[in-house]
Amino acid sequence: MRRLNADQRHKIGMTLNGRPVEGYAVPRLLLSDFLRHELAATGTHVGCEHGVCGACTVRIDGMMARSCLTLAVQVDGAVIDTVEGLAPDAERLSVLQSAFRKHHALQCGFCTAGILMSLDTLLRDTPDADEHQIRDVLSGHLCRCTGYHTILNAAIEAAATLKKDIQDA
Amino acid sequence: MKPAPFDYVRCDSLEEAAEVIAQHGDAVRVLAGGQSLMPMLNMRLSRPSVLADIMQAGDARQITADKATLRIGAGVRQTALSAYPDLCKINPLLARALPWVGHTQTRARGTVCGSVAHADPSAEIPLTLAALDGTVILRRGGKRRRVTASDFFLGMMLTDKADDEIIEAVEFPILSEGTGVGFCEVGRRKGDFAIVACAALVSPDRVRLAVGGVNDTPVIRDWDAFDPAEESDALNALAWSLDAREDLHASARYRRDLVRSLGAKALQEARTCAA
Ligand code: FES
Ligand code: FES
Repeated sequence: MRRLNADQRHKIGMTLNGRPVEGYAVPRLLLSDFLRHELAATGTHVGCEHGVCGACTVRIDGMMARSCLTLAVQVDGAVIDTVEGLAPDAERLSVLQSAFRKHHALQCGFCTAGILMSLDTLLRDTPDADEHQIRDVLSGHLCRCTGYHTILNAAIEAAATLKKDIQDA
Repeated sequence: MKPAPFDYVRCDSLEEAAEVIAQHGDAVRVLAGGQSLMPMLNMRLSRPSVLADIMQAGDARQITADKATLRIGAGVRQTALSAYPDLCKINPLLARALPWVGHTQTRARGTVCGSVAHADPSAEIPLTLAALDGTVILRRGGKRRRVTASDFFLGMMLTDKADDEIIEAVEFPILSEGTGVGFCEVGRRKGDFAIVACAALVSPDRVRLAVGGVNDTPVIRDWDAFDPAEESDALNALAWSLDAREDLHASARYRRDLVRSLGAKALQEARTCAA
């Protein structure tokens, strides 16, 4: 049993986008706020803060999850991936990101970080994901701008590219 | 938004969680996957002074199945249950209902028992537990008691669990050979809570329909002899017997309509599956 006092800041360590990081959190600090305010990783956005919109979606130990419904203290020692880790390097976008750009799958971009994390996880776990599976995962997100079709088209194209890459390899 | 302050206790076993609860009583809330509790904390609808996190408790992670029951521990995530080998054979109704529970993103963390504890009137897992005459195992300190689903769900987000008890596990009975199952629901968007959800069980000597989203708790209706020619009358009578109300999501009339149409669809699915 480990008890963390409400009014003290506790040291939290995690692997963020492949690198070990550390910060301090009171027990009530949400993972979304820990990432943004403590680690200055502001790529993850915060919309509704009660699990409805999906803007805050990150990967926790390989699974897509709402960072606004997770406490920082709960994920002490976990592996977290955020949108900052998607591009292979500073000059290049990932296949999925490029498809988003090509298909205009974002306008204001507020929802985009979360949607990219969900779709990236889907395509990583299920490289042959079909439209039905993509739609199913997208249902966990709200986008106020695009009407979703461009997002769907981008994801379908990214899935086809990734599948071809695997077949060619 | 941020929750009101609380002490956080990471429990290594359910026994430790039970100890924390014994010590602090109703000031404690048990934190499992957090997909129901965290929104309540963020909106300050719940303000516990201690949170007992059970997700590191090894003894809470088990799923066990024998000939009679499927037992799911307090720390079993919904995704873990979906991935349980042969779930569609062991418990086909649960296998059909799970994809409707929240979204991939929430199922990855949300637990089966957490949804039962939250007892939302439209939630699919409580509906399935009630439809199958399942049991909730509650623990206070070292003492346990078993409560059937029909006695457990008392009202909207209200259950028979006392503040100093913790859900240790839930048990779903295994269906007898030859029972067909069906599950349908309608919501505003896939993954949202259902406006109406129906679970059907059809065996040679019994027909059962369980309806969620209308009354404050799941409603069960059984027929011994079910004459298919009178199905629409039976469903109509069922729809009118429920306490359908108007809210932001749907009118009472639309809810009754859904009971009729989804009820028929679920029964048809169950008959096809039994055949
Ligand atoms: S901010 Fe987390 S789901 Fe909306
Ligand atoms: S691009 Fe504006 S909310 Fe999705």
